[in-house]
Amino acid sequence: MPDGTRDVPVHHIAPAGGWIPIRLSELWEFRELLYAFVWREVRVRYKQTALGVGWAVAQPLLTMVVFSVFFGKLAGVESDGIPYPVFTYCALLPWQLFAFALVESSNSVVTNQRLLTKVYFPKLLLPLSAVAVALVDFTVSFGVLLLLMAWFGMTPGPAALTVPLWALFAAMTATAASLWLSALNVRYRDIRYTVPFLTQIWLFVTPVAYPTSLVPEIWRPLYALNPMVGVVDGFRWALVGGDWPGITVLVSAAVVVVCLVGGLIYFRRTERTFADLV
Amino acid sequence: MGSLPAISARGLGKQYRLGEREPYGTLRDTLVRAVRAPARWRRADRSGAAPTVWALDDVSFDIGEGDVVGIIGRNGSGKSTLLRILSRITEPTRGTATVRGRVGSLLEVGTGFHPELTGRENVFVNGAMLGMRRHEILRRFDDIVGFAGVDRFIDTPVKRYSSGMQMRLAFAVAAHLEPHILLVDEVLAVGDAEFQRRCLGKMHDVSREGRTVLLVSHQMGQIRRLCRSVLWLDGGRLRAAGPTGETIHEYEAATLARDLAAGGSAFLGWDLGDGEHRLVDTTGPVRVRVHLAAHVAVTNGHFGLGLLGVDDEVIGGWAFEPLSFPAGTRSLTVELPSLPIRPGVYRWSMALFDGGNNLSGGRLLEKWTAVPDLALEARPLGHPQDAWAGILNLRGALTIDRQSQALPSAVEVR
Repeated sequence: MPDGTRDVPVHHIAPAGGWIPIRLSELWEFRELLYAFVWREVRVRYKQTALGVGWAVAQPLLTMVVFSVFFGKLAGVESDGIPYPVFTYCALLPWQLFAFALVESSNSVVTNQRLLTKVYFPKLLLPLSAVAVALVDFTVSFGVLLLLMAWFGMTPGPAALTVPLWALFAAMTATAASLWLSALNVRYRDIRYTVPFLTQIWLFVTPVAYPTSLVPEIWRPLYALNPMVGVVDGFRWALVGGDWPGITVLVSAAVVVVCLVGGLIYFRRTERTFADLV
Repeated sequence: MGSLPAISARGLGKQYRLGEREPYGTLRDTLVRAVRAPARWRRADRSGAAPTVWALDDVSFDIGEGDVVGIIGRNGSGKSTLLRILSRITEPTRGTATVRGRVGSLLEVGTGFHPELTGRENVFVNGAMLGMRRHEILRRFDDIVGFAGVDRFIDTPVKRYSSGMQMRLAFAVAAHLEPHILLVDEVLAVGDAEFQRRCLGKMHDVSREGRTVLLVSHQMGQIRRLCRSVLWLDGGRLRAAGPTGETIHEYEAATLARDLAAGGSAFLGWDLGDGEHRLVDTTGPVRVRVHLAAHVAVTNGHFGLGLLGVDDEVIGGWAFEPLSFPAGTRSLTVELPSLPIRPGVYRWSMALFDGGNNLSGGRLLEKWTAVPDLALEARPLGHPQDAWAGILNLRGALTIDRQSQALPSAVEVR
């Protein structure tokens, strides 16, 4: 017998009106599926590729080496007095999280079309699981950062305790963008081709290879409309110190909150048509 | 509880847009529209000129707890749409439904299996997708594996499984979900006879345990065996709802009347010469008898019979021409010396032409993909392992001689 006839779930099915509540309790109910999605992704990557999770480390590490040679050494980009490799790797970590989540999640709804036309589950899990996988990678490559800092004889100060907060900030930024892109990709298949280009451009307008101090001070609030600016600045501040990037963090955080709420609403509004569209 | 129906639907309707093969547009189209008519682009996007169709239209019914109900109707009558709405995969355009209990479906067999993961890993991932909790899967894990009969391969990636093994494992997971309400969409049309027997057995168990079952099928035999009552959908509307026997009878009569009214000729049914659609002995001569109502005389005509596999691949084909016979009901019997193919579910596809065949400009009188399916339940005569069973089902004989003759050498040495 089904366990507990007492708490039989009752579902009322009706055409949704214009306003759909974001049922967070439902997400909680399906948390094991989120876990299964993330676990499957990580497990498959580990099995399919020779380097396995090593890719999580190799990608930012190699990018760091290339940036250090070309921007740090040859172009002589300043790095606020911090060894350039540490300086750029610090920024590459949240950047990688963001970029990976963007690429994976924008395709997540479409690649899981067989599943979502066969069983019911909150579609929000799809972009969320992409972000969660990115967080797993992030955690792995964060260990490398600590090694790198030790190599340069640097020790993180007490501000490093705020790293989880910045990681959350990065994850929220990635989620906000992912919600929009994954939902848009169902309707407009162009998105899939736009995302690689988008992330490339986005990398240049984010202080990964260069410091924010390069941007004239009056332009910084405008610059911080790119939420990754606040994320990267906050991350650097927490790990290698420097001035507290108050204004950029505030502006970026505000942008993320607006995009996240907007993204949730847009996603919820369109998800009911996913099964009919994909 | 008890008095409340497990499922009650009120005026359910689902509208689809027709025409556009790809319902998703491109960003460019939307932008172009936006630029051309900034004020109206949103509305134009929605109402458009695209014709729409009601795949389901004003359907109301109640299904009591523990009922086993069949849903019948022609292709495109809205059966699958109804199941999709009840399982919350898609939303209705109109109307409401209340579903009391956890809903499980056998319609997603195999969905979400990842080839790189082992059987064990896939059981957990797939279970989670079907809404099972981890502890539930743990508790039933041995049952699931035993039911699927893949014990020895449970830690092997499923890409090394035969398709039969994959299907059995997937079904085993779905079957152990233990939902209050089970939705089954034509799942029995796939898999071999053994697999179908398991499905049917499981559904019997489920209904005996007092759970509610909704079964979509084209096979009236299955519906008769399993269901106490039937919903008949016709063009998206609920045409009739009632006890199984009467409703199916009504449905079949209406289908026949429609076919006859359409003129030309109509294939009325088929059997194996004895009223059966199940073939156990494939070695003897196999007779395929097709009942035909010819409303016109056929002269110099062509009768084609094809045997199709699960994926509609052609297993065999036979052509009979030139044919001539007067109008009236006829039965055409094709005799095959044997049908040495592996057990499973197959379909006949047939066509009748007048004054030539499909290539020489004959007139197509009627074309039919026969229902019910042909269920081949022969014992496997060849290799016992799924991976080597292949499509042929032939007994092989091996002789080993004591002294072999010297094999002629390919290169003569002088």
